Amino acid sequence: MSYSGWETVIGLEVHVQLATKTKIFSGASTAFGAEANTQACAIDLAMPGTLPVLNKQAVHYAVMFGLAIDAEIGKESAFERKNYFYPDSPKGYQTTQLEKPIVGRGNVEIKLADGSTKNVRIHHAHLEEDAGKSLHEGDFRHGVSGIDLNRAGTPLIEIVSEPDMSNAEEAIAFAKRLHSIVTSIGICDGEMSQGSMRFDVNVSVRPKGTSELGTRTETKNLNSYKFMEEAITKEVERQIDLIEDGGTVMQETRLYNGDTKVARSMRSKEEANDYRYFPCPDLLPVIVSDETIEELRRNLPELPDARQARFIEQYGLSDYDAAVIGSDAAMAAYFEIAAAKSANAKLAANWTMGELAARLNSQDLSISKSPVTAEQLGGLVMRIADNSISGKMAKEVFEAIWAGEGSADQIIDARGLKQVSDTGALEKMVVEVLATNQAMVDDYINSDETKRKKKLGGFMGKIMQASKGQANPQQVNQILAQKLNELL
Amino acid sequence: MHNLTIAELVKGLQEKAFSSVELTQHFLARIAKLDANYNAVITVTADQALKAAAAADKRLAAGDAPALCGVPILHKDIFCTDGVRTSCGSKMLDNFIPPYNATVVENFEQAGAVVLGKTNMDEFAMGSSNETSFYGPVKNPWASDSVPGGSSGGSAAAVAARLAPGATATDTGGSIRQPAALCGITGLKPTYGRVSRWGMIAFASSLDQGGPMARTAEDCAILLNCMASYDDKDSTCIDREVPDYSATLNDGIKGLKIGVPLEYFSEGLDPETEKAVRTALAEFEAQGAELVEISLPNTGLSVPAYYVIAPAEASANLTRFDGVRYGYRCENPSDLNDLYTRTRAEGFGDEVKRRILIGTYCLSAGYYDAYYGKAQQVRQLIQQDFEKAFQQVDVIMGPTTPSPAFKFGSKGDDPVAMYLEDIYTIATNLAGLPGMSVPCGMVDEKPVGLQIIGNYFDEARMLNTAHQFQQATDWHTLTPEGIA
Repeated sequence: MSYSGWETVIGLEVHVQLATKTKIFSGASTAFGAEANTQACAIDLAMPGTLPVLNKQAVHYAVMFGLAIDAEIGKESAFERKNYFYPDSPKGYQTTQLEKPIVGRGNVEIKLADGSTKNVRIHHAHLEEDAGKSLHEGDFRHGVSGIDLNRAGTPLIEIVSEPDMSNAEEAIAFAKRLHSIVTSIGICDGEMSQGSMRFDVNVSVRPKGTSELGTRTETKNLNSYKFMEEAITKEVERQIDLIEDGGTVMQETRLYNGDTKVARSMRSKEEANDYRYFPCPDLLPVIVSDETIEELRRNLPELPDARQARFIEQYGLSDYDAAVIGSDAAMAAYFEIAAAKSANAKLAANWTMGELAARLNSQDLSISKSPVTAEQLGGLVMRIADNSISGKMAKEVFEAIWAGEGSADQIIDARGLKQVSDTGALEKMVVEVLATNQAMVDDYINSDETKRKKKLGGFMGKIMQASKGQANPQQVNQILAQKLNELL
Repeated sequence: MHNLTIAELVKGLQEKAFSSVELTQHFLARIAKLDANYNAVITVTADQALKAAAAADKRLAAGDAPALCGVPILHKDIFCTDGVRTSCGSKMLDNFIPPYNATVVENFEQAGAVVLGKTNMDEFAMGSSNETSFYGPVKNPWASDSVPGGSSGGSAAAVAARLAPGATATDTGGSIRQPAALCGITGLKPTYGRVSRWGMIAFASSLDQGGPMARTAEDCAILLNCMASYDDKDSTCIDREVPDYSATLNDGIKGLKIGVPLEYFSEGLDPETEKAVRTALAEFEAQGAELVEISLPNTGLSVPAYYVIAPAEASANLTRFDGVRYGYRCENPSDLNDLYTRTRAEGFGDEVKRRILIGTYCLSAGYYDAYYGKAQQVRQLIQQDFEKAFQQVDVIMGPTTPSPAFKFGSKGDDPVAMYLEDIYTIATNLAGLPGMSVPCGMVDEKPVGLQIIGNYFDEARMLNTAHQFQQATDWHTLTPEGIA
């Protein structure tokens, strides 16, 4: 089967949980991970006679997103009811926006691996409430489903893109860019594993060179870039195979299970709900004044592009390092603390992106949950920079900090890891090693130039062994070369 | 004691002519003895009432008595009461005990009122005869074979039968004014947004409004002083100072311009009812008011527009009654769909189901524009009719209903005939305007109501106008047979 004759069209709908303390229409907490149904008040439970009151912070966050993508701001937006029965939707309707969203057309620029950029148009973004969670068999009890309404009423913005992406790479670059924007301006915690950002992917294919859109399918609720990539790749292949086998793509909603790697149809167009949207009579139109918009614009936190430029300028980071660190708000904040503490930004950047990121990744931890604080990493980098410890020792110290043994200095002290950089002491050490290894010395002298270089490592090993790894390797190298030279 | 007005009761309590406990016992005894005849009260809260009365007496003795301290009232069973069943007249909520108070209930508690119980009503406030209640129909104290009106029929009948001096009620399309008219009492639906809807079980959110029922306009003013408040728990509640509605009751009405809409005196109006209303208008003229003939040309569209908008909102508002979290749940559901289907099939009555179906249909894809969209346009036209009229006149008057109380079952098979019962009252809900009904005559030994419609937030003027009428007439003092 050949896929080369086809092109793919992808649009995304992205649900972003807003980082407000309370829910969009009630005073209940939005904190993640509480015991089921302990963060649902009478309003969230849709008790009779209860009424919604709009959370202003959620409105401000949505406007901030609009400003960050240079979008039109809906100065008068309105809520509607989207009606459907489901146990995790306690009112039987979702309060959302349809005709008059809070954020209108905007643009998001994505950078691709080959260095090129592409503009993805945003159709609109609207405010709405999240649903609760249904816990089915396996998650809950056999034969019984449970409902957890803690999440019900968590504020969301749903960002709807135009179908401007043409492969998984672009879709993921777009998703990452949105993640970068919403975390940079502080309206979302960006914790994908907790569902803070969820992606619905609309995919269609068409013969290369044609302009008419094919029938699309929507794969809902992907919460990792990896699953997104897998789901898109599989769906594109499925659609092309289907068409090439003489079939037609049906408009449908699909689900992708990232654990089993299996996608399945959830409902066809015919089974789709008639949501019977109508204006929510319990809520007034949302008016956002020009003054409010200007104030939010003035106070808008630094956007990823500006931050990356600043990192290059202020810290002398490379374009690549600035892009990696600067696009992730949490990592950027971490880096800036570590850089300040260590007074060596470049090295702090290397450690943040290198050792730390790898270790966090392997444990599936976000940087905000890092056992090594930014101050601690800065302290470690400082000791590398001032030659107190070698790179190898630094890794040992890093592990010890990770394990909770304290700051770099405490660990260096406790373990006696301080590097020996005293020239006199080192000379003495070198001379001793040479004296006790006469055979090696003779062998060295009798070798030619090229072989001698290779034999230096053997001496280094002996010296480091003798110093218990604490000898400053650069200095030892110098002294050793000098002493051996003298013997020739 | 039960023939005293709230104004007189407040005075008597403060002067220690009687205690709140005595008063409360008296009304509880009346309910126990007489309500079998009317079925006006669903739940009697005797213990709580007596406790509250004892507490009120202490405050009265200490000279620390708020406005309604010790005065017994009844709440329509649509207002949530903390710890007391709130059924909304439905099997669906027969077992529902809210853990919170409606703001209206809270306001009366703050004012020191004593709650005797909860009154019967049409199921989810859907009805004009009180025949749709799960708890059986309420009987009109003036004629036991006739309806009390609805949906606040229990509150109206209870006040007419002197089971309480006043009661709370709600009005979505006439549910305060129509039963007030049919039971010969005074009732007021305030401007939309004047009284908080928090804790008031929603029928049609953009139309629902709570208001008082009592025998006199003076008493309605006292109750509204307590009921009206700004409430940040209701986004549609309007932040506007609440005037003292009692303060202006005695102002003269000389020069008052009364609009008399042509359309409220047309085909369908019972001639005897018209005569009573015209006589009342003449009384206002005699007091120096000026009658101005006006036209509200879109009146005829109000019933069809209402029966799109109200059911549409209701269809969404009533979705929450699904058997999952509270209220009625069917026995042994086999799966989720069965749970929903049977819970709602068994828990709702026919009229509620009819309106949910109408509303769902009106909002469906392909029908929305023709029904809901059109109805919203009509709503604007109706609003404009009133705006134009109020440039000319101070208040508008006409009949509250086309005829006096009708007999049970007489409109049971014809929902449209029942819906037309609200033809004069519905337009004010669509416009969000305040309206009230005042007893103005008797036809076939049944009361007839005069409707007074005011401009937005002009309740004080309406109450003043009604009070002046009641100073000169005695329709509001008539007592049904077997009550005194």
